[in-house]
Amino acid sequence: MPSRLVLLVATRKGAWLFHGDSARRSFRLDGPHFLGHIFNHVVLDPRDRRTVLAAAKTGHLGPTIFRSTDRGKSWKEAARPPAFAKAADGKGRSVDHTFWLTPGHASQSGVWFAGTSPQGLFRSEDGGSSWAPFSPINDDAQYREWMGTVQDGTPDGPKLHSIIIDPRDPNRILFGMSGGGVHESVDGARSFAPLIAGLEVVEGFDRANATFHDPHCIRLCPSNPDRLYQQNHCGIYRLDRPSREWVRIGKTMPKRVGDVGFPLVVHPRDADTAWVFPMDGGTVWPRTSPDGKPAVFVTRNAGASWQRQDAGLPEKHAWWTVKRQAMCADARDPLGLYFGTTSGELWMSGDEGRRWKCIARHLPEIYAVEAGELA
Amino acid sequence: MKVLIPSPLHSYTGGPRVEAEGASLAALLADLDRRYPGIRFRMVDEQERIRRHMRVFVNGDPVFDLAHVIEPHDEVVIVQALSGG
Repeated sequence: MPSRLVLLVATRKGAWLFHGDSARRSFRLDGPHFLGHIFNHVVLDPRDRRTVLAAAKTGHLGPTIFRSTDRGKSWKEAARPPAFAKAADGKGRSVDHTFWLTPGHASQSGVWFAGTSPQGLFRSEDGGSSWAPFSPINDDAQYREWMGTVQDGTPDGPKLHSIIIDPRDPNRILFGMSGGGVHESVDGARSFAPLIAGLEVVEGFDRANATFHDPHCIRLCPSNPDRLYQQNHCGIYRLDRPSREWVRIGKTMPKRVGDVGFPLVVHPRDADTAWVFPMDGGTVWPRTSPDGKPAVFVTRNAGASWQRQDAGLPEKHAWWTVKRQAMCADARDPLGLYFGTTSGELWMSGDEGRRWKCIARHLPEIYAVEAGELA
Repeated sequence: MKVLIPSPLHSYTGGPRVEAEGASLAALLADLDRRYPGIRFRMVDEQERIRRHMRVFVNGDPVFDLAHVIEPHDEVVIVQALSGG
């Protein structure tokens, strides 16, 4: 079946779609969709390649999900957006925004998962129209303790993210919480257990306590689902199951760059290859490109070594931040890589990071970039 | 009764002035949601709290309690508090 590359760009002021030509040389801009809405994630369903879900709120209105079943041409609001159960004591949590969207397993048509701020896990079985709390974690006392309070989370709210479904087994589900650690279920989300051994935490805190763990982005390798990579607040890690011990592979990054960042991208066909976008984690954590010199770093050997990829990027005075959902790959050969900056620039490489070019400038603050293939 | 709707919610109502019924603010918002599905959750969260930046005025007085009694000839104005950027 023929397909057309699309980039789904979520920003603080609306959503944009960028339709690529077959050679990925030019992109047709489609947007803004819902100008003024805050979009944290816009995702194409890879199972039908025409349904798009978009997690939205505004500065004043409550959160919702917009759905399109015609490749983004028209949209309809979800009938029942993600919302926590109502608490009898009046102290229940309310969803501030849906932060993360993950399509369900290939065998489970219409199933989607959502991660929210504050941390919650939700599921839809009807293509994203009706959502319900999923798994016991949302109201579990131990998980609520690990989730901490708003003060423990990221500046714009603690988040549940990186929802991963094992392509071999829909009952194996992973997610990350900022803060709250990495968690895995092997029984279809009836129960979860922390997967945090080997991960470091900020000095002075107990690394055995999931509360103090801050995974920024977790990715499973489609070509080897036993392998996970993670960009964490405290470095870059790899985990090869059945081991439960993460290995800090960021220590092989250049010392002057470090291994702090938000996004991480894995190669869909090569589990030894992954990309990161390092940021400055010194002093007050500027979270900008170290020395104002943006660069992607790639490993081709599962983290034993890293190579800088900055050809085409500004050589200096570029104080970029790339958020955890704002870097992705397509599935083409050679692989295309994409990232968006909080300063509203969209960049791509059509040759696995060797050379970069700017696709768009002057967009609002970019929160997420996803690549998909439209039917 | 007449209800004035703020511009961020016009995508639901089609305009600023609508009619809705209800003997309390909760009932009025429920009626609005029947007429314009989805509008209530944008204003009131799942714990029945009016969202932080939404304000409701009845006959010019601010109302924060969903149980507030509303009379048939009351004028209800829903506004969003201006903030942010």
